[in-house]
Amino acid sequence: MKVMRLSGLMRKEVYEILRDPSSIAIAFVLPLVLLLIFGYGVSLDARHISMAEVVDHPTQLTASFLAELQRSPWFRPSIYPDQASAEQALLHGRADAILWLRSDFTRLSYSSGSAPIHLTVNGVDANQARIIENYVNGTWRLWLQQEAARQGTHLATPVVADTRVWFNPALRSRDYLIPGLIAIIMTLIGALLTALVVAREWERGTMEGIMVTPVGKTEILLGKLVPYFVMGMGGMMMSTAMAVFLFDVPLRGSLLVLFGTGALFLLTALGMGLVISVLARSQFVAAMVAIVTTFLPAFILSGFLFDIRSMPQVIQVLTHIVAARYFVTVLQSTFLAGDIWPVILRNGLGMAILCMFFLGIALLRFRKRLD
Amino acid sequence: MDAVVVRSLSKSFGKGAARRDALKNVSLQIPAGSMTALIGPDGAGKTTLLRLLAGILMPVAEEIRVLDHPLPKGALALQGQIGYMPQRFGLYEDLTVEENLNLFADLHSIPRKMREGRFAELLTMTALGPFRKRRAGQLSGGMKQKLGLACTLIHPPQLLLLDEASVGVDPISRRELWSIIHQQVVSQNVTVLLSTAYMDEAERCDHVILLHEGEILAQGNPVQLAAPLQGHAFVLENIPTAPRNLQANIAQLPGVVDVVIQGDGLRIVMEQAGPPVLPGKLAVYGTPKAVPARLEDAFVSLLFSRSPHHSIPLPPQRDTAHDDAAVVEVKDLSRYFGAFAAVKNVSFSVRKGEIFGLLGANGAGKSTTFRMLCGLLPSSSGTLRVAGVDLRTATAAARARIGYVSQKFSLYGSLSVQQNLSFFAAAYGLEKQHKQDRMAWALEELELKDYTTMNAGSLPLGYQQRLALACALMHEPSILFLDEPTSGVDPLARREFWARVNALAEGGTTCLVTTHFMEEAEYCDHLVLMSLGEILAQGTPTEIKERVRRPDRPKPSMEDAFISLIEEHEQTSRRAS
Repeated sequence: MKVMRLSGLMRKEVYEILRDPSSIAIAFVLPLVLLLIFGYGVSLDARHISMAEVVDHPTQLTASFLAELQRSPWFRPSIYPDQASAEQALLHGRADAILWLRSDFTRLSYSSGSAPIHLTVNGVDANQARIIENYVNGTWRLWLQQEAARQGTHLATPVVADTRVWFNPALRSRDYLIPGLIAIIMTLIGALLTALVVAREWERGTMEGIMVTPVGKTEILLGKLVPYFVMGMGGMMMSTAMAVFLFDVPLRGSLLVLFGTGALFLLTALGMGLVISVLARSQFVAAMVAIVTTFLPAFILSGFLFDIRSMPQVIQVLTHIVAARYFVTVLQSTFLAGDIWPVILRNGLGMAILCMFFLGIALLRFRKRLD
Repeated sequence: MDAVVVRSLSKSFGKGAARRDALKNVSLQIPAGSMTALIGPDGAGKTTLLRLLAGILMPVAEEIRVLDHPLPKGALALQGQIGYMPQRFGLYEDLTVEENLNLFADLHSIPRKMREGRFAELLTMTALGPFRKRRAGQLSGGMKQKLGLACTLIHPPQLLLLDEASVGVDPISRRELWSIIHQQVVSQNVTVLLSTAYMDEAERCDHVILLHEGEILAQGNPVQLAAPLQGHAFVLENIPTAPRNLQANIAQLPGVVDVVIQGDGLRIVMEQAGPPVLPGKLAVYGTPKAVPARLEDAFVSLLFSRSPHHSIPLPPQRDTAHDDAAVVEVKDLSRYFGAFAAVKNVSFSVRKGEIFGLLGANGAGKSTTFRMLCGLLPSSSGTLRVAGVDLRTATAAARARIGYVSQKFSLYGSLSVQQNLSFFAAAYGLEKQHKQDRMAWALEELELKDYTTMNAGSLPLGYQQRLALACALMHEPSILFLDEPTSGVDPLARREFWARVNALAEGGTTCLVTTHFMEEAEYCDHLVLMSLGEILAQGTPTEIKERVRRPDRPKPSMEDAFISLIEEHEQTSRRAS
């Protein structure tokens, strides 16, 4: 291996990156768009739930309960005259849920100290449905306690849940989506962009010219790896800065851990990109393979958007070969909780194994030959 | 000492039913310091052989030693000593001329202080000095090829492997490339192995290897190879009119292997020694004169004896109602891409039933002109009329009057020959019986019957081009546009192609053809010579050659004409910019 050959290849790569607008677009513009979409657009919190309220027999007590709902930031209530019209509203999507206070609401709450409410939730979006159910439940229990206190009676609930939310007390989904997004962005640069630029060299015939020079295959691979590693780390710095300064995501862990694990993950992604480029020699195929085998799994199977524990067993096992899974866990805990060494070490090991696997395959399978 | 020693080398691609032998038991030796040409039809295995010798394909051989390195083991060590220029030399188009040179200097570990001298030498040799800071992507085709050659010569190599280095390059660049290569052999004692489609290039080499279907058909020095054909070659001079028609007639005579138009005469090669006998009416053209045989004669007759006689279709009688009306008229046509003028003030007109040629190097503006004529690209200024209308704004019915064969492979590679024909027939709106008739006609007339079920992508190049022609002819267009149809096609397939175009023109179809093969100009009734977007000259081939006739050059060829006209033109334009 010669420094001159390697630096020649790397210099060439840098010129190409700087002069080709498409690689800048994939490495910086696309991440920026993703950050803005996830930062401002996507939220998994249920807010402004339209609640259709039907009260059979309005009394002071029902008014007090409805006022409690009104005060909550989660609900946007509207009154319907009867159950039938409320059901119509639910069917037409004007309401997310129906709250029905039946005629025996007042009577029962006085006699038994407990008031039954009837809740119908649009269950198409299961996640949102569960959130609505919990919110209404919580609001209802809170109101019951207040009512009981006002009347001087003690509520006959055996256990009262006193909830504390750790790490993300404001329950902002943005705070865990944005750190996870960093893994997606680095997959984009490491795997997709790398696979594309190597395939481009095959397509344009530049690879054939390079091959008939004394350059070794390690040099060819390193010549690709190093520039895109630097670029990927640049993307990570940009995303971290945007997360902390623009979106106010807390960073409780150390930068050292963040960028250390980031470097490990990026090497893994580059390894995947190089493996793809060894197998696919056209940009079209390389892009398709990279999106399906690296980008989509990082999106869906990494725990970035969907909780791995709620996936079917088979898929859960499968997520262990998705490098992004380990990195997303580290990112979320480093940003929101701090340097938790057991988490870092366990997931770091997972990434290290995958990293060696992919880089090893790339090195083994890459040949200075056309066949 | 031998630079290359190869004993029973074979190479195949694909597995199972798709397995194809590219080379079969090839043995050869190339002495150091010699210049060897590799010739043969498309798919003969030339590129495969060069790639094997460069160590980038896995060989199956008893022995394969290049510069004393056994392959494949010694490939890496070998690659430090050779220069290899692939057919499409992969220059980094986003890098400047200098950066490309620097990259290859880095890869060959040339110390920085030695570079400046070598760069200066190479840039002078290739005349690329003024373009040091220009990006490779913005160079013309000829300049790119020269830069590619400069990159392969950077170290400098002991063995130079060149794969069709001069294809698609204008005559001037071709001459320059050739002189650089020659200089390497003479002054540096470099061994050169090159593949080429130009017989005149092969003729200038010490040694010629003729490959055919993966086997060596013949090898030796060019004079030796041509020797058996002495007494077979004849010239029929001063033909007053219609050399194409006469050519087609003579080609049908028994014992005739090859007839080509050469200047204002015909060159005839016979199967047996002895002059051709011109029967009946043809006798008025006089007696053919014996001339020395050349390498091309050997090439054509060797391949001729190998493959069945391609019966060139005899053109039907030209319809007497032939009118002189112009079917294509172009006036002051220009096309700009940004500030770059691809076509500048071009004017010409084409009459019905003639073969009209646009000649020029890559980047001369031929294809751009064609695309504007076909209505694929709007013009920046000027007027154009094809069959009386501007196809850019014309109806589909008007467009159905033209056929277009594009420069690139534009068939469906994974459809069979039959399916491609059927698709194009349907696309032109042919129905039922008419469609069946046309498809039968195409298979018969273009001799595609043996390949009906084969996928278009795996056809030999010559057949792909026939199929492309067949597809463009499904709807019997009255005007046919052929954009570099013979690019990358071997001499045999080119002859066949021109015979077909000839037949079409005789039948009344107007044919517009672009080409960068200067000798093909002789087949045209009228032609324009283009360079850098402008017309240098137009007229009949004779008129154009007449313009450059000088006492020291009594019989200029079309290439001579092109070179002197372009040099004259450059004085004013290229230097000025």
